[in-house]
Amino acid sequence: MNVTQTGFHEALLDPSRPVPKGLSNGQGDPAGRRFSVYRNNVVLSLTSALETAFPAIAKLVGPENFSKVARLFLARHPPSSPLIMYYGEEFPDFLEGFEPLRRYGHLPDLARLEQARRESYHAADSTPVDIQEIQSLTPDQISESRYELAPTVRIIHSSWPIYDIWSYNIENGPEPGTRSQNVIVTRPFFDPISTPVSNATAKFAEAIQNGMKMGDAHDLATELDSDFNLSEAFGLLLRGHAIISINTGV
Amino acid sequence: MLDTLYTPISLPMSPGVGYKPQHFSDIMENPGPVEWLEIHAENYMGAGGRPLAQLRHLSEKFAISVHGVGLSIGGEEPLNEEHLSRLRHLCDWLKPASFSEHLAWSTHDSHFLNDLLPLPYTKKTLNRIIEHINRLQEAIGRRMLLENPSSYLAFEESEYGETEFLDEIAKRTGCGLLLDVNNVFVSATNLKVSAREYINSFPLTRVGEIHLGGHDKDVDDYGEPLLIDSHNQKVADSVWTLLDHTLGLSGPRPILIEWDSSIPEWTELANEARRAESALSPVRA
Repeated sequence: MNVTQTGFHEALLDPSRPVPKGLSNGQGDPAGRRFSVYRNNVVLSLTSALETAFPAIAKLVGPENFSKVARLFLARHPPSSPLIMYYGEEFPDFLEGFEPLRRYGHLPDLARLEQARRESYHAADSTPVDIQEIQSLTPDQISESRYELAPTVRIIHSSWPIYDIWSYNIENGPEPGTRSQNVIVTRPFFDPISTPVSNATAKFAEAIQNGMKMGDAHDLATELDSDFNLSEAFGLLLRGHAIISINTGV
Repeated sequence: MLDTLYTPISLPMSPGVGYKPQHFSDIMENPGPVEWLEIHAENYMGAGGRPLAQLRHLSEKFAISVHGVGLSIGGEEPLNEEHLSRLRHLCDWLKPASFSEHLAWSTHDSHFLNDLLPLPYTKKTLNRIIEHINRLQEAIGRRMLLENPSSYLAFEESEYGETEFLDEIAKRTGCGLLLDVNNVFVSATNLKVSAREYINSFPLTRVGEIHLGGHDKDVDDYGEPLLIDSHNQKVADSVWTLLDHTLGLSGPRPILIEWDSSIPEWTELANEARRAESALSPVRA
């Protein structure tokens, strides 16, 4: 009996299927639970990859529940690439639609934050602009310029206190409050930094990232929130080595 | 076949270890007997950040062996060209001393299963693997080493023994072989064959690197021993004995200690490397 990779693959991901015929213990007896070694390896290695990627989610739901969720997720979304450091891109959306965890509404955004941090960690290196270059510009020039952001920058919107929840679980931060938080992730060196920001600051950074002029992004943010503080928001991006070029000519 | 690019063993004939980022400072400051490092290719395919920066530093001080775990050479489908380009890119900038991959498959129907899955040893699979290795060696512009797997089961349809199969692949592609002595011990125990006879029939002149790692013990449905290639502990004494037997026949080879989960402190890993050095020194003389 010939075993195809299709048959092997299907039986691997679905433990309710029988072990493919044609596999033995080497002595002519059926392979039986020897096949489970491969089943376990696949499930355990992918679960561990997800646990590495989403440590705060794993901590919040507990190891047993996390294994159960991971088992369901990986059967539905097996990796499509051997680059396991990126595996789990669909996990936040999967959690969003996952009925048993529906009452923990903050989990999908928390997973988005963890995913953003991981993307930032592996993103390409770039050189931030020299502060002196910015200091040499007139206020009008600063306002009329567009700014290229580093590939390490991620902006997460949420209606949950996701920064607090993340920090409480991962960095022993203070107990989470109830106010919603948006987060800007920057990577000044090798470690991503998460900073909780207001909705206006998140929208401002997003507008800059999309190529809007600083002045227009400022107006947009002020319209959303009259307390928007431009120098604070700009300072956050500079400290995070998030601005890598300035285009004054447009 | 890649005759023109044939290179002899280019790793040092000394112990190396599988690199783990938590050991970075220890390795840079106090490598002990370790003269070379092996990395899993796929972990260094991100766009930037710490992993690549660490690798650049390490490669200035140590010979590097790139070990692929994701190409699926034994797969029924054509090799993933995108992944071949990534391997080429990594080899181009890093200029590793060695490149190796596995006699296994891991991708099917565009799903990557993150495990080294077994295949039957038939004429059909032989021809497919030869085709894949030719394509790989052409794509990365260098000769590769192919590693023997750990087996937990056997395919009834197999027409070749494993050593014969590997020998045939090596002859017809010009590739070298990576002999994992722990895998030999695990497979031999699991399939009830003699590990020594396996080594005796292995084409040892083609071996460019030896792997050692720890294994777990389990039993199958019939209560027979079932060893699992887990890389989560020290190399077993019986595997060290099998290594001595191997080195007695092959002469010195670069020896790698693999320890991939429940990762120990650097001193413990360095001690395993020291033990490999002790096994090498009598055959080196």
